Amino acid sequence: MSRLASTFARLRDAHRGGLVTYVTAGDPDADTCTKILTAISAAGADVLEVGVPFSDPLADGPVIQRASERALAAGMTLRGTLDIVRAVRTRIDTPIVLFTYANPVVRMTPEGFARAAADAGVDGVLMLDFPVEESGPWRTPMIEAGLDPIFLVSPTTSDGRIERSAELGRGFLYVISRLGITGARDTLAEGMGGLLERVRRHSDLPLAVGFGISRPEHVAEACGFADAAVVGSALVNVIAEAGGSAPERAGEYVRWLKSAL
Amino acid sequence: MTQNQSPSFGRRDPDARGYYGAYGGRFVPETLVAPVQELEQAYFSARADSAFRDRLAALLRDYVGRPTPLYEARRLSEALGGARVFFKREDLAHTGAHKINNALGQALLAERMGKRRVIAETGAGQHGVATATVCALLGLECDVYMGAEDMERQSLNVFRMELLGATVRRVDAGSRTLKDAINEAMRDWVASVADSYYLLGSVLGPHPYPLMVREFQSVIGQEARQQCLDQIGALPQAIVACIGGGSNAMGIFDAFIGDAPVRLIGVEAGGRGITPGQHAARFSGGSSGILQGTHSYVLQDDDGNIERTHSISAGLDYAAVGPEHAWLHDTGRAEYSWIGDDDALEAFQRLGREEGILPALESAHAVAFACRLAPTMARDQVLLVNLSGRGDKDVMSVQKALRPAQAAGGGR
Repeated sequence: MSRLASTFARLRDAHRGGLVTYVTAGDPDADTCTKILTAISAAGADVLEVGVPFSDPLADGPVIQRASERALAAGMTLRGTLDIVRAVRTRIDTPIVLFTYANPVVRMTPEGFARAAADAGVDGVLMLDFPVEESGPWRTPMIEAGLDPIFLVSPTTSDGRIERSAELGRGFLYVISRLGITGARDTLAEGMGGLLERVRRHSDLPLAVGFGISRPEHVAEACGFADAAVVGSALVNVIAEAGGSAPERAGEYVRWLKSAL
Repeated sequence: MTQNQSPSFGRRDPDARGYYGAYGGRFVPETLVAPVQELEQAYFSARADSAFRDRLAALLRDYVGRPTPLYEARRLSEALGGARVFFKREDLAHTGAHKINNALGQALLAERMGKRRVIAETGAGQHGVATATVCALLGLECDVYMGAEDMERQSLNVFRMELLGATVRRVDAGSRTLKDAINEAMRDWVASVADSYYLLGSVLGPHPYPLMVREFQSVIGQEARQQCLDQIGALPQAIVACIGGGSNAMGIFDAFIGDAPVRLIGVEAGGRGITPGQHAARFSGGSSGILQGTHSYVLQDDDGNIERTHSISAGLDYAAVGPEHAWLHDTGRAEYSWIGDDDALEAFQRLGREEGILPALESAHAVAFACRLAPTMARDQVLLVNLSGRGDKDVMSVQKALRPAQAAGGGR
């Protein structure tokens, strides 16, 4: 059983919601990022999403765009991201999911990427601009390398496409709770419950819900419907504002988010 | 006299997933998959509907001013001392460039889909102006994203769009040019899919955009081919067009793809030379990659990040090329070359002096290439250049490049 599958199985058995955290690799630099990932794992994050910085992050809001720019300016790349994962993997056993745009992976070739990612200790891969219809060439090499391919579903995804994503995906489904780009909001998306119920009718995979979640009460409410809540931009913002104490501050923030679960 | 020609619909479709050979496809964030599928269905239904096609044809004639003329550039041909050079005068279309052909077709589609708001991106501003124009014509709300650098070098077009009732939204991200404007337009669309239509301006992006934009632009080649037969009595030996995303080139190439002896030549922006960051010649410095929804030739580094680009012409200053061009390149049906900033500037001035036409800096790249090619051809041969736009918008940029002191003085 993969690290992701066993993590979600354990959460289900304990009737507990999970917390998935997103940080951009190499923000503000590789060393600090390694410490941040270690700290948030120790603080109780159940799954670590690590974003590969990309020059043209068209699905991301301003907070993650700026993080990408900082990381790229500090020299971060997809290979550098895998080095960070390798360093973190020696210290923790928390599942790690790579969150990436298609082009860096395509540039590396799907086979080369899958081998390198698995070797570094990545557990799952989520590609933002690679919908299920296009997934053929990269899904098989990933599964052969022992990686879970993870698909996104959104309020605009049809029932048929949810089924297809559930059939081809492993680990969990990432449910985008609202239209639009990434970014923290004051309230959860209206209709999140209905959306998650609809996804459940068409999928047996665990569900992690994200987009706009930033507070413990959001996390608790989202976990009333989903297996886990994803916090991204809000955490990236904490890191951006913390300067030299980013690992400590990120750890505190994750403990605070977990306090409601 | 030449009969009015219409766009060519449904004759050369990509496969069901929007692929031209290995290129194309639909690489969009999940939320945009359903809207893009809805767009594809709406487009296929519209192009099969004679009422839609008739309305488009009537507006192309009465509003855009089609057919645009085929004009023989006698003085230029004489000076070059080779082929007879003809221009397809898209610069004489309403709003001053070929962009209106596509903007009109897509705006009619938006109206048919019940969308009341249109989002667009623009580089040189010509697509933005065309979109603002057709939105005014049809009473649609219009937001145009434009990179800050492009707003500066094309300030006249910014004001034109505002006069036409559009809102121009400044983009400060990345290289602050066309690519960043497309990112921002897509970010808008992903949040507003229910009531907004994304009117993409070139043969780029996810399927069905490359097909749809080429088909709306195909009227250029349909007319040009018939005009060649009527006015010259023969097809040209070669056709030259500039390529940013590649819509004017696909528009004129399309009708001639089956005419095997006709050379099709696309001219990219060589900028300051083919070194990373200094040009936009995807077929000279690029490689296979995925950008903004499509798989094509892309300027990128070893890690898959998109390289900066440079061209004196904002409309050619883009890191990827339309997927159908990538396919035409690999199959060998079309050839691709490049022209640098200096030669484009020289051609801009030469056409003014020798033909009384100031071309867009984009089109000046095609003219410059034609000036190189024509002398190698026989005097009874025909070289057709797509003069995709007029150069009024570029006069300030050219002044800045040629007479910087005067330009700075004029700015005070």
